[in-house]
Amino acid sequence: MYEISTSLGLAGSLVAVGDAKLMAIVLLSLQVSFTATLLACLFGMPIGALLAVGRFPGRRPLIVLFNGLMGLPPVVVGLLVYLLLSRAGPLGSFGLLFTPQAMVIAQTILILPIVTALTRQVIEDAWLEHREQLRSLGASRTRSAQTLLWDSRFSLSTAGLAGFGRAVAEVGAVMIVGGNIDSLTRVMTTTIALETSKGDLPLALALGLILIAVVLLVNTAAFVLRQWAERHWG
Amino acid sequence: MGWLQLHQLGLSEKNVAIIVEVTLKVGAGRTAIIGPNGAGKSTLLRLMHGLLRPSSGHLDWPQTLTQGMVFQRPVMLRTTALANIEYALKLRGFAAAECHQRALDALARVGLTGIAARQARCLSGGEQQRVALARAWALEPQVLFLDEPTASLDPGSSREVERIIHEIAAGGTRIVMTTHNLGQARRIAEEVIYLEGGRVVEQTPADAFFCQPRTTAARNFIQEETP
Repeated sequence: MYEISTSLGLAGSLVAVGDAKLMAIVLLSLQVSFTATLLACLFGMPIGALLAVGRFPGRRPLIVLFNGLMGLPPVVVGLLVYLLLSRAGPLGSFGLLFTPQAMVIAQTILILPIVTALTRQVIEDAWLEHREQLRSLGASRTRSAQTLLWDSRFSLSTAGLAGFGRAVAEVGAVMIVGGNIDSLTRVMTTTIALETSKGDLPLALALGLILIAVVLLVNTAAFVLRQWAERHWG
Repeated sequence: MGWLQLHQLGLSEKNVAIIVEVTLKVGAGRTAIIGPNGAGKSTLLRLMHGLLRPSSGHLDWPQTLTQGMVFQRPVMLRTTALANIEYALKLRGFAAAECHQRALDALARVGLTGIAARQARCLSGGEQQRVALARAWALEPQVLFLDEPTASLDPGSSREVERIIHEIAAGGTRIVMTTHNLGQARRIAEEVIYLEGGRVVEQTPADAFFCQPRTTAARNFIQEETP
């Protein structure tokens, strides 16, 4: 209990004084995870919509695969991306290892199945509702998928948020491909892991509280926006 | 000679026959498919429109016939009433400017000019159904299928929808509709197809059907459904 109250005080004072180092860590965490979420949505949502609406050989195995990959272990993703980006790896020449870009790649791969699988579920429900009308109007399956993606935009925010939540909270992948380098690739989760191993539990806990607060803030903002949008658009 | 001919049309799902060897010619301008719940009315309409593929038999259509359909529960996209109609027109390949004008005209024809900019999903059930009719009408189909278009509407909205159906028919569009409202079938249809258990029991001109049904099944149905 003592540690929690100390940590709360520390977290409060770190935020209150606008500690530059802390702000840099929080900012990098958000930049990396938001970029990864954006990329995962960019690729995952169309794939999810096509899986929901399309009929093609291999569709069912793909659905099972994406569902299964939702539980992808971050360290495994980190290791695979590490192998790809390391000097001897196929993408080693780009020199991306131990950079924020490598962390974005790892997080994108990690959350792509989450965004894809959740999008498929949302669009499949919408497809049940709209299928006959869209077919009657002459919309192709691809056009229907595009239409439903736009029409379900508020429900799909959940898929984006789930992806962001997973990305910002994971530690294994960014630790391996980012290297937890001070002022370069150190994010909130890797800092928490480092401070814990150093025995500075109040600081680790304070960072943990800030991380939870950031995630709650993002989710609350998205929830309020969605409520407003659904009231406006029906 | 019918403009739509069904030959031995059948549909089964999981070994249950839903439509059984339906052979008929639809020739009238306004046809009502009636029958008790579970008779297969909506399924037959979907088969005619091409939303379902028959398990057996086939349909004969004139090659160039354009069609549209309005469903019992209108399905609207999350956008304005006007944009819902424009979307349908864009799918048919109309240019953006023409889409806009045609959509406005269609809304005016169903008496909803004032709600063009309102979100379609926020409209009342009756208004949404009129937008759905406007959307189908804007495409100028030669045949329009209507699946219980007033089933979930209040009497006022139902009358308005019936007025619109008459107007669409007056413009030369053939109407095929399902309904379990005998009064509505009497007011709208020229021809009645009576369906029971997935089979066509009777197909007759509407006047004859209501005055002197040929089959006992149809007679009993009319008696039961007439208040």
